[in-house]
Amino acid sequence: MIELSNVHKSFGSKQILRGVDLNIPRGESLVIIGGSGTGKSVMLKCVLGLIQPDLGTIKVDGEDVTKTKDRDAFLARFGMLFQGGALFDSIPVWQNVAFRLLRGALKRPRAEAREIAIEKLRRVGLSPDVADQFPAELSGGMQKRVGLARAIAADPEIIFFDEPTTGLDPIMAGVINDLIREIVVEMGATAMTITHDMTSVRAISDTVAMLHGGKIRWTGPVAQMDSGDDPYLQQFITGSSIGPIETLR
Amino acid sequence: MNTSLITRPLAALGATVLGALAGMGRLTLFALSTLRHMVTPPFYTREFMQALLHIGYLSLPVVGLTAFFTGGALALQIYSGGSRFSAEAVVPQIVAIGMVRELGPVLVGLMIAARVTASVAAEIATMKVTEQIDALVTLSTHPMKYLTVPRVLAGLLTVPLLVGIGDIIGIYGGWLVSTQSLGFNAATYLQNTVNFLEPIDVISSLAKGAVFGFIATVMGCYYGMQSERGAQGVGSATKSSVVAAAVLILAANFLLTQAFFAI
Ligand SMILES: Nc1ncnc2c1ncn2[C@@H]1O[C@H](COP(=O)(O)OP(=O)(O)OP(=O)(O)O)[C@@H](O)[C@H]1O
Ligand SMILES: [Mg+2]
Repeated sequence: MIELSNVHKSFGSKQILRGVDLNIPRGESLVIIGGSGTGKSVMLKCVLGLIQPDLGTIKVDGEDVTKTKDRDAFLARFGMLFQGGALFDSIPVWQNVAFRLLRGALKRPRAEAREIAIEKLRRVGLSPDVADQFPAELSGGMQKRVGLARAIAADPEIIFFDEPTTGLDPIMAGVINDLIREIVVEMGATAMTITHDMTSVRAISDTVAMLHGGKIRWTGPVAQMDSGDDPYLQQFITGSSIGPIETLR
Repeated sequence: MNTSLITRPLAALGATVLGALAGMGRLTLFALSTLRHMVTPPFYTREFMQALLHIGYLSLPVVGLTAFFTGGALALQIYSGGSRFSAEAVVPQIVAIGMVRELGPVLVGLMIAARVTASVAAEIATMKVTEQIDALVTLSTHPMKYLTVPRVLAGLLTVPLLVGIGDIIGIYGGWLVSTQSLGFNAATYLQNTVNFLEPIDVISSLAKGAVFGFIATVMGCYYGMQSERGAQGVGSATKSSVVAAAVLILAANFLLTQAFFAI
């Protein structure tokens, strides 16, 4: 359902993506791994149209994302957790979570939106009294989970998670992994997750793709990841400092 | 080999001029697009109400104080200046015309540039660098409609009111000084003021207010949205927005004064 072909993106003279080809079928959970700074976040933003690729095409359901007629309707199908949370700091937590439900096409009565927000907060392990606090009053890991609750609040069919478990304690990371898996299996959502956490990779993914050098270096079912013979992939999943991936970048 | 000595400064000059023109073009497009989004749905009422509060209501104290002291000082200056050719009696008329036509709108405009433009630019720039603007987009909310339109509309509507209030408080400051220490009769002073002012004085004052309110808020939003990454980006967006708003307000004031009063 999401197809990237030959996607290139540079910032100034810095080439980040150099021909990414990737295909994600409907209802599948894809995890993207790859070194810090290789352009994983940039890739997600290209799919959402937040960054324009220099070259190549990205299609969702066969429709080119740079040529969508109704952008609001297009984006309404997506939920996105930003790496830094990107919570709106001028409004309380519950209004962040229910943002989509308080305005636009998916607008609900305020009380109902608040109830949904509190329910989503509960699913990411946050108690109802967080709802009326402001994002700046929360810890980093709590902010991340609010961002996650916001991403899933309107039950989107396509969900992008940029490092959902970074900064969480191991138990909370487990809760979030289960939640993501649940969303994919029960709600049939298509998910693209970026993570550095190999436990997460194994818990969440159907398919793994490794981004390296601006291209997809390896992609395959998660079960084949450990037996994959790519030295780059092996170095990455074992976390070894010795191997073909240079550590200065 | 000597050609580079000539072409290099020329090239630099050309690049600067082109850069400035491109900047003006972008700014004009931004302002036009703000106006277009103003008249197309959706309209975010809650954000607009909040902007009214922050831009209009909360600016009242600074506007009142500025106008009050300026009106008082103006009365003293006109009295002492007028006394050089025995024209002390014109204080009420000149205070009125000076406040309403010029100082009221300009001072309020500049105070709004300092208070509102700076805070709008810093707020939006911070949202930009922390990806909140991107997040807005992914939540199917147009940043122009959600952030810019409420603020600019609030500026357009409340700054004329602030100017009107500033005019009145300025005249009151002049009246207070004149009656308390310059020996003017309270009732006569007021009568002179009211009789002297013409509708065009007041209309030009409020019209200037609307234009300055538009400039101040648009500049805040524009520079905020253009912000580069990081804390330094936010700082420089804020600084540029205030400088640009102040200069544009003074330039617009000159043009508007000419349009209204040049004979
Ligand atoms: N808006 C931008 N302007 C300029 N450079 C950018 C921009 N966004 C990203 N980059 C650059 O692109 C590169 C890839 O960034 P990206 O955030 O995609 O990395 P990443 O793979 O997500 O890394 P991490 O795992 O650390 O989050 C970085 O070198 C970054 O400096
Ligand atoms: Mg990233």
